Amino acid sequence: MDHPVQTDFLRWIVLLPLIGAAVNGVLGAVLQKRMGKWAISLLACAPVLISFLLSLQAFLNLLALRPENRFLIDRLYPWLSLGSLKVDVAFWVDPLSAVMILVVTGIGGLIHIYSTGYMHEDKSYWRYFAFLNLFTFAMLVLVTGDSLLLMFVGWEGVGLCSYALIGFWYHDHVNTRAGNKAFIVNRVGDFGFVLGIFLIFWSLDKQGHGTMTFREIQQFASLLEGQQVWGIGVVTLATLFLFVGATGKSAQIPLHVWLPDAMQGPTPVSALIHAATMVTAGVYMVARLHFLYSAAPETLLVVAGVGIATALFSATVALTQTDIKRVLAYSTVSQLGYMFLGAGVGAYGAAIFHLMTHAFFKACLFLGSGSVIHAMSGEQDMRKMGGLRQKLPYTFWTFAIAVLAIAGTPLTAGFFSKDEILWQAFSSAHGSPLFWVLGVAGAGMTAFYMFRQFFLVFFGQCRADHHTQEHLHESPSSMTLPLVLLAIGSIAAGWIGLPAVFGGSRFAEWLEPVFGAHHEAHASATLEEILMAASVGVAALGFYLAYLMYYKGKLAPERFSSLAGGLFYRLFHNKYYIDEIYQVVFVGGTLLLARIGAWIDRYIIDFIVDGSAKTTAFISWFNGLFDNHVVDWLVNKIADTTFEAGDRFRKVQTGNINGYLYVILGAVLIAMIIKLRYWS
Amino acid sequence: MAIGLTHYLVLGAILFSLGLYSVLTRRNAIAILMGVELILNGANINYVAFSHFSTGGLDGQIYAIFVIMLAAAEAAIGLAIVLAIFQIFHTIDVGAVETLKE
Amino acid sequence: MTDNILSYMTFFPLAGMIVVLLLPSKSHNLIRWVSALFTVPPLLLGVWLYGNFDRINPGLQFVERVPWIPAYNIDYFVGVDGISISMVLLTALLSFLCIFASWGIDKGVKGYFALFLLLDTGMMGVFIALDFFLFYIFWELMLLPMYFLIGIWGGPRREYAAIKFFLYTLFGSVLMLLAILALYFTSEPHTFDMTRLIAQSGKYGVQPLAIWPFDQWGWGFQHVVWMALFIGFAIKIPAFPFHTWLPDAHVEAPTAISVILAGVLLKMGTYGILRVNFPMLPQATADLAYWFLAALGTFNIIYGALCAMAQKDLKKLVAYSSVSHMGYVMLGMASFTTQGINGAVLQMFNHGTITGMLFLLVGVIYDRAHHREIEGFGGLAAVMPVYTGVTAVAFFASMGLPGLSGFISEVLVLLGAWQKYPILAILGASGVILTAGYLLWTIQRIYLGPTNEKYKMLAEINGRELFTLIPLGIIVVILGVYPHAVLDLLRASLDQLNQTVIPHLS
Repeated sequence: MDHPVQTDFLRWIVLLPLIGAAVNGVLGAVLQKRMGKWAISLLACAPVLISFLLSLQAFLNLLALRPENRFLIDRLYPWLSLGSLKVDVAFWVDPLSAVMILVVTGIGGLIHIYSTGYMHEDKSYWRYFAFLNLFTFAMLVLVTGDSLLLMFVGWEGVGLCSYALIGFWYHDHVNTRAGNKAFIVNRVGDFGFVLGIFLIFWSLDKQGHGTMTFREIQQFASLLEGQQVWGIGVVTLATLFLFVGATGKSAQIPLHVWLPDAMQGPTPVSALIHAATMVTAGVYMVARLHFLYSAAPETLLVVAGVGIATALFSATVALTQTDIKRVLAYSTVSQLGYMFLGAGVGAYGAAIFHLMTHAFFKACLFLGSGSVIHAMSGEQDMRKMGGLRQKLPYTFWTFAIAVLAIAGTPLTAGFFSKDEILWQAFSSAHGSPLFWVLGVAGAGMTAFYMFRQFFLVFFGQCRADHHTQEHLHESPSSMTLPLVLLAIGSIAAGWIGLPAVFGGSRFAEWLEPVFGAHHEAHASATLEEILMAASVGVAALGFYLAYLMYYKGKLAPERFSSLAGGLFYRLFHNKYYIDEIYQVVFVGGTLLLARIGAWIDRYIIDFIVDGSAKTTAFISWFNGLFDNHVVDWLVNKIADTTFEAGDRFRKVQTGNINGYLYVILGAVLIAMIIKLRYWS
Repeated sequence: MAIGLTHYLVLGAILFSLGLYSVLTRRNAIAILMGVELILNGANINYVAFSHFSTGGLDGQIYAIFVIMLAAAEAAIGLAIVLAIFQIFHTIDVGAVETLKE
Repeated sequence: MTDNILSYMTFFPLAGMIVVLLLPSKSHNLIRWVSALFTVPPLLLGVWLYGNFDRINPGLQFVERVPWIPAYNIDYFVGVDGISISMVLLTALLSFLCIFASWGIDKGVKGYFALFLLLDTGMMGVFIALDFFLFYIFWELMLLPMYFLIGIWGGPRREYAAIKFFLYTLFGSVLMLLAILALYFTSEPHTFDMTRLIAQSGKYGVQPLAIWPFDQWGWGFQHVVWMALFIGFAIKIPAFPFHTWLPDAHVEAPTAISVILAGVLLKMGTYGILRVNFPMLPQATADLAYWFLAALGTFNIIYGALCAMAQKDLKKLVAYSSVSHMGYVMLGMASFTTQGINGAVLQMFNHGTITGMLFLLVGVIYDRAHHREIEGFGGLAAVMPVYTGVTAVAFFASMGLPGLSGFISEVLVLLGAWQKYPILAILGASGVILTAGYLLWTIQRIYLGPTNEKYKMLAEINGRELFTLIPLGIIVVILGVYPHAVLDLLRASLDQLNQTVIPHLS
């Protein structure tokens, strides 16, 4: 553990997408015009695929090492070095970040390929791929950065790309507003993240070990125990600050509001950024800093509580949505809640496992919905779809597999990972049966809304207008191939993490050097099986309800939506009115403060400034009167007197030189006489 | 009779008086200037005489040379003025030149 | 030549002014090119200076000292150290670029460029002067051309703005002059030499004066002098509540002058505090900067951001964003930590480049549309894609996006501030949210959305405008990736400066 293996190819995993982004960003417009879109596609896809191959190489390198030595690092140069602050630009790969880079470059690569089909008609093709590459770069920095500060670089970088891609079709203000909302809400989270970094740094610095790198923080984490700020333990406070960042990035209550709106972006973006990778950054961060979170039980409780609350909350909202992508968006928020529930009960491995499987099936769902939207000429309202299974066979089958996976059907990836989380929520030291009950309820709702979507879109009569129906077509192979690969992943990815009752998890074993040895739960295998059966049963109930309502049509949805006078339905459908409340309280409040500030400037400070200027001007006006009427009168009087005197005396100047001379002579004589008479 | 200081002083006084008379009575500008020259030379004689008969140094002589130089300058400027007056008034009668009065 | 490099850098533009004055006033292009020519040598010398500056030595370098008015112990005494080097480089760069940004001036061209070159000399002089008398002369020298440049070549309310600027600054100058004289007569032997004044910093009394209200506040001679100097400098920064000249001056000034105003002039305030208040009056600094300066800085951050959000005029918005960003500088220097003070000076440099870009960009749009109402635009990204791209870089740098220079300095400042004042650091960091808010909102209203029909035919940014922006953009990116390109210059001197104050902190 003390001697990480120095390598020099990790940097290329990170930098290749950046190069792609830079070339496409600067020269893209010209290239697209001169050489066509294939050049852009090549420049965009090749770096990500090469990065994926290099990531595989890194993975194999790690495998070749003994588990406790699985650690690669690539130091580039010192980034900041001031006093005790020393941050290098360095990338590292350990088993945890290896999982992440494989997910990011692997699924990212597939989505790049899919995008070449989906975005083919777009005028700004190059701009799309420049940002998609830049996103890949930022995400890789986030997961491989060896210090909190470098992670933060990626953290904000992905936020920027998310902003730019949500508002990609910037001609419509609906999209740009969604982009702004995403960025600003994320900024609130980032604000917490930065404070967490500061607190950790200075608390360690107080002990003489100021650092921001993960390995050193882990090494010195014990020094933080017992330190307090404002009566709260430093570890608790720091992890809470960081968790604020996680709620922003991973769309947890109370900062979840941006993600549903983020669906305004192109669908592959929703798949890559808002389902598979970026939104999981919060979970990754908590897992990365597991040693701090585990030392702060209060924070863990908050994490788990926020996780389960978000999972349930957004599941209820998803029940009632009619936009095909919004259902998926709320489902994503809900699934992220499960991951935080996992992390919050200390089951970091389970959380990361669910992160990975979710990346597969949720990307598959989003890309599938993209294929549907593509076929439906841009229509997103599920009420206008239906009966698409014959027209879109590939999309239908892959979507079906992914729906089965997310609903937790046994033997699919979602089943293994979700049940691992639920089991840990029940049995772990930080868990409780309440978490399990709530989690299972959420799972039931998940099954319901996913099958509701599935039936509405693919079964029954097509409700689209005539024109749209005529143009229905399956997507090109560049789009269906990624779908197929992701569908395979939605099944297969689960098999590397089998639960203990089925023979133990390779995945948990792989992460063991990071999270420490897996604590086998005290509860018996029988109990695990019973719980598993119960959750499958609840999910099946969800499926059955959806089947009755939307396939058979035997049960009218209105019977439920009109419960309690439609109160619940309205609440769910309007997302609990949280957007409206935020708009009034935070946006309105800030704008009010802004106006007050501007008002103070204009009417108070400038009033004083202008007032003092005017007072001065008034005093000088008065002063001027005094000058004109008193001082000037005196001055003029003296001048006039002198003038008059001169006028009289000038008569003496006759101009007669002889006359002057006589006067001079006379004067001299008088002077002589006076001299002789009086001073002799 | 040896020639003493008194003789020089008398000569100086005569020259001075003649000059003064000329300056006072003449109306011709050039004549006035000539009178001024006489006055200056009267003073020169006094300088040299006093110098010779008192300390025996050269102070008086030096002053006399200064005065001669000054007289030359004065004559030059004076004549220039006279010339200018003549061009304007077509006369050099100082009595006619009294425009300064009003 | 290298012995007197600083003097050459300072007085080349002055020579340029004389040459410009001798040129026939009708030949506009000749005047422009000659002016540009005379700002090149300072820039090249600046590059040389950057290469040859000793990064380990915390003391003064490239010092020149010539007796000037011996009767009052006044010397022509100049030099640079880590506090001023970045500002000298920034001045040389911005002066050069701003000549090109002034190309569109066609009224009184000769006068404009002559005054501009005089301004250049004045600014450079302030940053290199080490004799208080010389410092004050340069300080005032720069004021005069500024007044005329705003008052003659400005917008519709130029006279109001110019007079407001002039009076505000003059008010500060008077206090500063009094403080300088107070220090002069206290020193023994009387001197204006800053290094000698610093060496006797122990002499300036800290015992409370027996004059109301200072006896109530416990202020000694040193505190009163500190406050007088501080107000003089605070007006330039500009710190609340002395900031209202800034939006008016910015809105009325021509583009290049706004760039100089925000890029260089504002820095003189914070530079002055670091150059004079910190080392010369360390006890008062420790007493007054602690909390007071930090809180003022934090207030500036939030207040400036809020005011910016409420603005309808794009240029006014950028002006208020300067108020906000200069708050970071104050907060950083008041933290008395290595990170904070280095971050503060780096922020001075970064703010110069970033805000310079922002004002140049506002100028580009104003030249085309002849107004700056944020609401009056829309969808410019479709019309002017290159322009929008460059704007995005500048806006995101201003927002402190990692990878660009603004991030480094803001993080350093906030990190430093956290150690001394966690609460203020939290408030200051929340300013980052507000900044993102108003800048994104602005981007949305001007560049995104449906294209405004009126501006469908606007011309794309031209080569000359790009030429002024690209160098700044490159610096912004480089400093985001490799901040030590500038931090190395500052570090030694600033750490030493920090150490002079820290012992006085109770």
